[in-house]
Amino acid sequence: MATTRILEWVGRIYIVLLLAFLYLPIIIMALMSFNASPFYQLPLEWTTDWYASLWQNDQLIAATWNSIEIAVITTIISTVLGSMASLALYRYEFRGKKFLQALLFPPIAIPWLITGTAMLIFFFGIGIGRGLVAILLGHVALALPYVIVVVSARLQTFAPELEEAARSLGANQWQVTNRVTLPWIMPGVIAGGLFAFAVSFDQFVVSYFLSTPGQTTLPVEIYAAIRKGFTPEINAVSTIIIVVSMALMLLTARFFKFGGEK
Amino acid sequence: MAEQLAIGSRRGLKPALPLLLPAYLWLTVAIFLPLSAMVFFSFMTDLPLAGKEWAFTLGNYATFFSQSLYLTLLLASLRLGLEVTLWCVVIGYPAAYVLAKVLKGRSREAIFLLVILPFWSNGLVRIFSWAMVLREGGILDTALNAVLPFKINIDLMYSYPAVIIGLVHSYVPYMVLTCYLTLQAIDDSLIEAGRSLGASRLQVLKRVIIPLSMPGLIAGAALIFVPVVGSFMEPRILGGRTGTFYGTVIEDQFVAVFNWPLGAALSFILLAVVLIILGLAAPVLRRAA
Repeated sequence: MATTRILEWVGRIYIVLLLAFLYLPIIIMALMSFNASPFYQLPLEWTTDWYASLWQNDQLIAATWNSIEIAVITTIISTVLGSMASLALYRYEFRGKKFLQALLFPPIAIPWLITGTAMLIFFFGIGIGRGLVAILLGHVALALPYVIVVVSARLQTFAPELEEAARSLGANQWQVTNRVTLPWIMPGVIAGGLFAFAVSFDQFVVSYFLSTPGQTTLPVEIYAAIRKGFTPEINAVSTIIIVVSMALMLLTARFFKFGGEK
Repeated sequence: MAEQLAIGSRRGLKPALPLLLPAYLWLTVAIFLPLSAMVFFSFMTDLPLAGKEWAFTLGNYATFFSQSLYLTLLLASLRLGLEVTLWCVVIGYPAAYVLAKVLKGRSREAIFLLVILPFWSNGLVRIFSWAMVLREGGILDTALNAVLPFKINIDLMYSYPAVIIGLVHSYVPYMVLTCYLTLQAIDDSLIEAGRSLGASRLQVLKRVIIPLSMPGLIAGAALIFVPVVGSFMEPRILGGRTGTFYGTVIEDQFVAVFNWPLGAALSFILLAVVLIILGLAAPVLRRAA
């Protein structure tokens, strides 16, 4: 059928246009970070000066280290606690389980503006105040539901008979978990960990409300810089961030199929 | 007997508690208690810190209802949410359809990944990248003037359309994702049956495909509408002075004006609106999941 083939080609062209819409601004930003003109004039004159000058920007470097540190600690804590909770939700039947699972939804669904300002008020009220500790507390809480959802999805594919078989062969609870369950859910745990890292590393809104001038993360520092005015240096650091976060998600996709199991 | 034992060990909250407690305690301290504290603070005259005088009051809510500014801004934010969601449907749904029903095999997997990849990258940076494109003398301006024979000035920066473009760019992958999942689940033979029974393409779309993919559409709409209503960074960067919305006013209360109780009240009103919307969408979301 000729019409069908034409329509299919229209569809393919449409997808290409959508991809152009999604990627063009990012590509342009990346190109401009290599442009010598600070006013983004064309034609492009190749330079890596803006990247070089990033190394001189102590404030930005300090914020970058903070971001990395917080993301790594968030990943470790939320992956361990989240996997434990997923195991419990998978293994045991008890009253209120549905409620506990439903509790994971609000942290994901409530706009970060609300969560962030609420954290600011509460942490101030109980004396934690603002700063890196507060940011870490917040990031782990934001990452936990994602980890639990991802690990639970992996556990759905796990056959409980395997645990029972191990147990009937004389393995104790620790051995069952360590030798049977954990190896099976590992891809889920790794995907959850990568998610947690991305949630923390890319987090802006919550960090923004919880940071103070000396104790801040990279996205917050970038936002401050953007509000002061556009400079090619921001393009350079933004390009680095976008490459890092996309690489992370590509890595995650290797472990976790977004489109469901095929 | 062995089976009963195994199942027996799986009952009850007690053995599950040590595994559950750390995660849920953390969520309580960092999410649920703060949200409760926010409600509490919204009824106060001042923060009870450093010996400041404070009392209970309804004044913060009275401010919202007595000054039309706040209601106007909330309505503006709701309208922004609606417009962005509509654009995401218009742009995202056809793309999801092509992905689910036209493309096959490896190319489908690769393109699907390409579409949702930006969604998981830094949102702030992506919004900033539009500033490069939209500003006067920016890429769009230069490119159009290079092609067109006459001189036009494209300066979309710091305007309402710029905010819309940036937000649609940020959230359209969500719509593609949710619609793709429901469209993919539609059996092709249903579509063929409709066609062979004499229905036109449009009729099949209207009577078969759209109704069956409705859960995906509604899930996507809820997941886009809610964060957009609470957005403040995107309007700030791309909207400039025209980018004052409900979210930016809340931001101001916390980082510029330092009227936290009013900010808490405004946040709570937003939370109530959000919860109503999610409540309405919840049955559909549950069915989709």
